[in-house]
Amino acid sequence: MARQLPYIAAIGEAIQQEMARYETVLYFGQNLATTENDPFLQAFGSDRVRVTPISETAEIGMAVGAAFAGYRPVVELYMAEFMLVAMDQVVNEAPRFHYMTGGQVKVPLVLKAGYGFTAGWAGQHTGSIYGMFMGVPGLKVAVPATAADAKGLMAASIRDDNPVVYFHHYLLTLEPGEVPEGEHVVPLGEAAVVREGSDVTIVAIGWLLGKALAAAQQLAAEGISAEVIDPRTLAPLDTATILQSVEKTGRIVIADQSTRHGSAAAVIAAEVASEGFSSLKAPIRLVTALDATIPYSQPMEEYVLPDEAKIVDAVQQAVGASAVSA
Amino acid sequence: MPDNGPDSDRLIWMLTQMTRIREFEERVKRTFEEHPGVIRGHTHLADGAEASIVGSLAALRPDDQVLTTYRCHGYPIVLGTDPKAMMAEIYGRQTGLCKGYGGSMHLTDVERGFLGTSGIVAQGIPHATGVGYAAQIRGKGQVVLCFFGDGASKQGAFHESLNVASLWKLPVVYVMENNNYNVHTRVEQEDANAAAGEPLAVKATAYSMPGVTVDGGDPVAVYEQAALAVERARAGEGPTLIESKVYRLSAHGNIIAPPGVPLHFPEHEAIEIFGAPEEYEAAKRGDPVPRFRARLVTDGTVGAEEADRIAQAARDEMQEAVDFGLESPFPQPDEAVKYVYA
Repeated sequence: MARQLPYIAAIGEAIQQEMARYETVLYFGQNLATTENDPFLQAFGSDRVRVTPISETAEIGMAVGAAFAGYRPVVELYMAEFMLVAMDQVVNEAPRFHYMTGGQVKVPLVLKAGYGFTAGWAGQHTGSIYGMFMGVPGLKVAVPATAADAKGLMAASIRDDNPVVYFHHYLLTLEPGEVPEGEHVVPLGEAAVVREGSDVTIVAIGWLLGKALAAAQQLAAEGISAEVIDPRTLAPLDTATILQSVEKTGRIVIADQSTRHGSAAAVIAAEVASEGFSSLKAPIRLVTALDATIPYSQPMEEYVLPDEAKIVDAVQQAVGASAVSA
Repeated sequence: MPDNGPDSDRLIWMLTQMTRIREFEERVKRTFEEHPGVIRGHTHLADGAEASIVGSLAALRPDDQVLTTYRCHGYPIVLGTDPKAMMAEIYGRQTGLCKGYGGSMHLTDVERGFLGTSGIVAQGIPHATGVGYAAQIRGKGQVVLCFFGDGASKQGAFHESLNVASLWKLPVVYVMENNNYNVHTRVEQEDANAAAGEPLAVKATAYSMPGVTVDGGDPVAVYEQAALAVERARAGEGPTLIESKVYRLSAHGNIIAPPGVPLHFPEHEAIEIFGAPEEYEAAKRGDPVPRFRARLVTDGTVGAEEADRIAQAARDEMQEAVDFGLESPFPQPDEAVKYVYA
């Protein structure tokens, strides 16, 4: 049975259900379970649910250690940027050990990181920084865009035997969606074709999925049929689904809230240019944030970010360009 | 246990393990001369720290767990790992402990509680702390021994970990092997406690845990402190910081040089950098391995002939390890993509 649930509640439900299912799942982080009324603390006790000091290196490093010892920690990091304080643990510890030990060690852990809080949070709490992590071998990266995927990807992340950085978008926090009630697992590494179309492929990541669907609606009125794909995980990246779509449409627009040169869009564009060039009828278009720090003031913030109008514009260019060159 | 002290069998076991570590490290070092090119990258030796390693590990029971730094050859030897597999790993062979994926800096033997070795200074300390958290939850009285150097105590990872471990009363014993050098920076050049003439163990005070300093050249002294700390940890009373004073008898590691330049171990930094050969010579005179042997022979715990037999057995064992490593095949190149994901 599915029912409406806000995105953030769907994430919480996945953690709660996985903790109930597997005794090895732990949940800890800053400002978590600081009173006895905390529902996680009440359900699972203080061994498995703990507030930590404001010590990201210790939190993430201890998660690595607990994973060595057979547990499956979920670290509550609140803001994705807080991982930067502990970059060695995220990039150069957690994903290295299975490999360096010749497969002796597994490091199943989830780093739950909110990102993209572009609502006046200025330069240091607003980044869409998943591009920094998607190229790290051994690390998986999930970027749910809907409430249902938020639940399903969290469940899959907890069950996965690798470290997963789970990016949830702050602007989607209260966004409701249909969410299955019981066990719901969305496999890591499988993109979703959210809307079918024939003229152009729009790949949209995270928060931009909603914008891309709205753009597709608008474009349909102009007679342009857009296929919309949500990669859902950036590592592993489901390149096959994207290439298949481009083979059909011949055009691709990639919408990503990251700064252009650190974006997942740049990687997807490289894959399409390299592996799908013969299908392309028009240049690949990227709709990303400008290569700038996110400004505080609203008009400037809106200026640097991608949005529905910019996606529509890019699609029109892609279709127009091919109409001319065809 | 600390009240009775180790019996003579245990003392002979200590000497045997110290001798095996020394012989293994000698053979690693000799490989640079005898088989140039066989060892790649950067290798760090534990000669001088044998007493500290063996004395600490002697306090553990079989289901306890150990995490260390990239200077990691000594510990698995004591824990029962096959030196052949270790040497083969250092030689990059398929038969290596980690199948050639890790090399000298990342030796791991999960079956023997040697859980994973980070090559980045201090970053294994939170790992050990997390293993301690797991042990606390599991509730079977396991203790974690966490080894690191004096340099690591300048990293945030050290301070963050000790704070949590003390706060949560985790069963972790932090063993800081203070060898006075962070590569070729002397401890008083980078440590406020050392510069003030205080032992580094005072850092424990900031985290409300016991801190002790011990002569890391004496395995029995180390054992006694480690046993107290392990007992305390096992009883749920929380972590201890042990500062074990050792002198590394080789340079920090082999020279860092681009391919084409033959790798080798330079002289110790006291000689090479600081022009203080007398410091090094004094340390050499206090070499813990012959010192402990002499002590056991003098007090009659072991006969000179038996001590010689122990040394010969170690030589034979490590010769086999070298031969095994040299004869072992390399991994297939395409195995390189095998363990990216679990």
